[in-house]
Amino acid sequence: MRINPRAEQAFVRAVLWTLTAITVLILVYIIVFVLRKGIPALSWDFLTKNPVDMGKGGGIFSTIVATIVLTAGAILIAAPLGVGTAIYLTEYTWEGPVTRIIRFGAECLAGIPSIIFGLFGFILFVTKLRFGWSILSGSLTLAFMILPTIIRTSEEAIKSVPPVYRTVSFSLGGTKWQTVTRVVVPSALPGIVTGVILSVGRSIGETAAVIFTAGSALRLPTSIFSSSRTMSVHFYILAREGISMPNAYGTAAVLIIAILAINLLTYYLMNRFIKKYS
Amino acid sequence: MDGTAKKRSGTRLERNDRLVRLALLVVAFSAVSVLLVITVFIVGQGTPIMFRYGLKSFLTGTRWYPSENLFGLWPMIVGSLYVTVGAMVLGVPFGLSCAIVLTEFSSKRLRSIIKPVIELLAGIPSVVYGFMGVVILVPFIRETFGGPGLSVLAAAIILGIMILPTIISISVDALQAVPPTYREGSIALGATKWQTVKMVLLPAARSGIIASIILGMGRAIGETMAVIMIAGNAAKVPGSLLDPVRTLTSNIALEMGYAAGEHRQALFATGVILFIIIMVLNTVANVTASRMKGAKK
Amino acid sequence: MTNDIAIEVRGFSQFFGQVRKLKALDLDVRRNEIFGIIGPARSGKSTFLCALNRLNDLVRGSCHEGTIRIEGRDIYEPGVDVVALRRQLGMVFATPVPLPRSIFENVAFGARRAGIRGRARLDSLVRDSLEKGGLWEEVKDRLDTSGLKLSGGQQQRLCLARILAVAPEFILLDEPTSGLDPISTMKIEESLRRLKKEYTIVLVTNNTKQAARVADRTAFFLNGELVEVGPTAKIFTAPDDTRTDDYLRGRFG
Repeated sequence: MRINPRAEQAFVRAVLWTLTAITVLILVYIIVFVLRKGIPALSWDFLTKNPVDMGKGGGIFSTIVATIVLTAGAILIAAPLGVGTAIYLTEYTWEGPVTRIIRFGAECLAGIPSIIFGLFGFILFVTKLRFGWSILSGSLTLAFMILPTIIRTSEEAIKSVPPVYRTVSFSLGGTKWQTVTRVVVPSALPGIVTGVILSVGRSIGETAAVIFTAGSALRLPTSIFSSSRTMSVHFYILAREGISMPNAYGTAAVLIIAILAINLLTYYLMNRFIKKYS
Repeated sequence: MDGTAKKRSGTRLERNDRLVRLALLVVAFSAVSVLLVITVFIVGQGTPIMFRYGLKSFLTGTRWYPSENLFGLWPMIVGSLYVTVGAMVLGVPFGLSCAIVLTEFSSKRLRSIIKPVIELLAGIPSVVYGFMGVVILVPFIRETFGGPGLSVLAAAIILGIMILPTIISISVDALQAVPPTYREGSIALGATKWQTVKMVLLPAARSGIIASIILGMGRAIGETMAVIMIAGNAAKVPGSLLDPVRTLTSNIALEMGYAAGEHRQALFATGVILFIIIMVLNTVANVTASRMKGAKK
Repeated sequence: MTNDIAIEVRGFSQFFGQVRKLKALDLDVRRNEIFGIIGPARSGKSTFLCALNRLNDLVRGSCHEGTIRIEGRDIYEPGVDVVALRRQLGMVFATPVPLPRSIFENVAFGARRAGIRGRARLDSLVRDSLEKGGLWEEVKDRLDTSGLKLSGGQQQRLCLARILAVAPEFILLDEPTSGLDPISTMKIEESLRRLKKEYTIVLVTNNTKQAARVADRTAFFLNGELVEVGPTAKIFTAPDDTRTDDYLRGRFG
């Protein structure tokens, strides 16, 4: 029996659209649910006071600070390494065994689950190097987690700089280094910054790697050797131990709003720079 | 080329450039070095106990009682397998449907709304997904199907949802990479849109779609926090979908906080197994992805 | 070497890997002349131009035979400052490529790389260069706007001004007006006629009429070889080589 193609298409379309609608609805529901339950818990006090009584009361200020510091540390380490790698791969060498090895390394690193990074960070930074549970250990571990993303996005950004720009710079008497720093990197900056911002978003939500390296102390961090708890770790502990549901929702809401803001910022930047340079 | 051919000469500035090149080479190897160090450490900490204990009993032993020095990983291996397969069964059809709808059946405007939403959802922390599972899904399962609710089913569903953005975005890329001439040719022959998708586009984008599935699998296997919150974490081979389960990842995360001595080494050994599985998956994904890129040329 | 020969090329061949793009060229370029190079596509005209400022060195696997002497000095001698050489021979490309920055910054780019600092110095340098390039009047009020916003012809004159800012002795132009409208083309040709008093100009062009209008002497390249060179009038009316004649009559190319 031959199925009428038009009927088949109508049927399949219905199925596909249903599945898609379910998907989108589920995903949207999650955000809406968390925000609805979490926003009521938000207040100026919530954001600016430290947790009290293991998190049952008070706010999440110390976790916000910890998250910012940890992420900033990770970016400070990973961005130079990542952009430098991308510059090397595109400007200073040609495709060959060396670049393949470097790329393979970055790809593999990208696929390693966060718990393994947590293990690694724990055994190397916390234990062997004696940094202890600290912002330092956490930042280093996070930095290596986001390194592949920064390498990939920076490489794409640098590759999309028109080759003529380089030729023009050379013909005006620029050295290779001047060409790279004055022409190529500035032109690639929007793409590079986007990659960095994406990595920030990822670091904020990271839990498994952080909990085993930065620890979970609730105090405000005083130095890079302090242990400290980030928002996502705080959320996890609140939720898992059932300490305070409203506060848990509140923390989750802050997390999601932050990530939403970061995504919006990324879109805004990309659009603005596309307009500027085309 | 004659023997009188000359090469270009070096100048002071070129020597400086060579230094910069060397410095950048060192930097560029940072990713590789980190990978090596991670491998060395994890393997170094984990393999001795695997061989001391006996590789076979480590992998196939069904009892994991650290206090009695019993380290049988089989329940966790099975656990990871069940949960991952479950996640794929749920995530792939939904994800692929979404990808197809996004690229072939929706208007530009709709696409510009849905795509950012999906990208946003890729950024939601796994703990939030896990939390949603605990608060909504687990009670639902408990009431509707019985059992503790913390189960393989719960984990599979949540993981399936979590890998949707991965599968969708990579499959969308793969479908969009199919040259427009394929579509035009098929329509010109009188095929409907769906026939075009089924018989032309999906086969053409096959490598990319498979890569997305494998990457989704990798993400599902590596997921820790969400699974801990909803899977029950009983170190026993689950008998049904409704039984609690522990994965390789949760095994590590749950006990790392207080493990010492041999116990800790056993956890590292779990990490080694996990590491190997992920490496294999990643290599396969990369090979299929590069075949996709290669076929494009 | 006689005093009025600025560029002396002897037996020069350029290789990229195993491929020989230029075959044993022998020619002279006189000071303060406009030296035109014509020929069909892929005849090596651009490759020759890029050999003069050693831009070919940037291509992996490039090497050469023979010599090129500029103002008496072998440019491939060890110890030659390639960066300074490239400033000495300013190059204008076929597609105008303003850098993605302001008009002022575009013109100042090369000068800054050469170490010239100081706002006052740069200001007067930029103004001079734009005047010489024939663009000053049109942009003097908007030096801070992006160079990308100019029209094609203006962009090309900007590129001209850009190289003039580094005070070259030579101006190399690779099909500079091929994408431009007739008026912009005319403006650029006018600038070249003015500029030849101070500079030596080598002009590669696909447009034989342009060479006839502007060049003092013209060379005809074919397949990487120099077929013929001589005063423009002679090349165009009574060439020695039949291949030159065929090309000019449009029988090929």
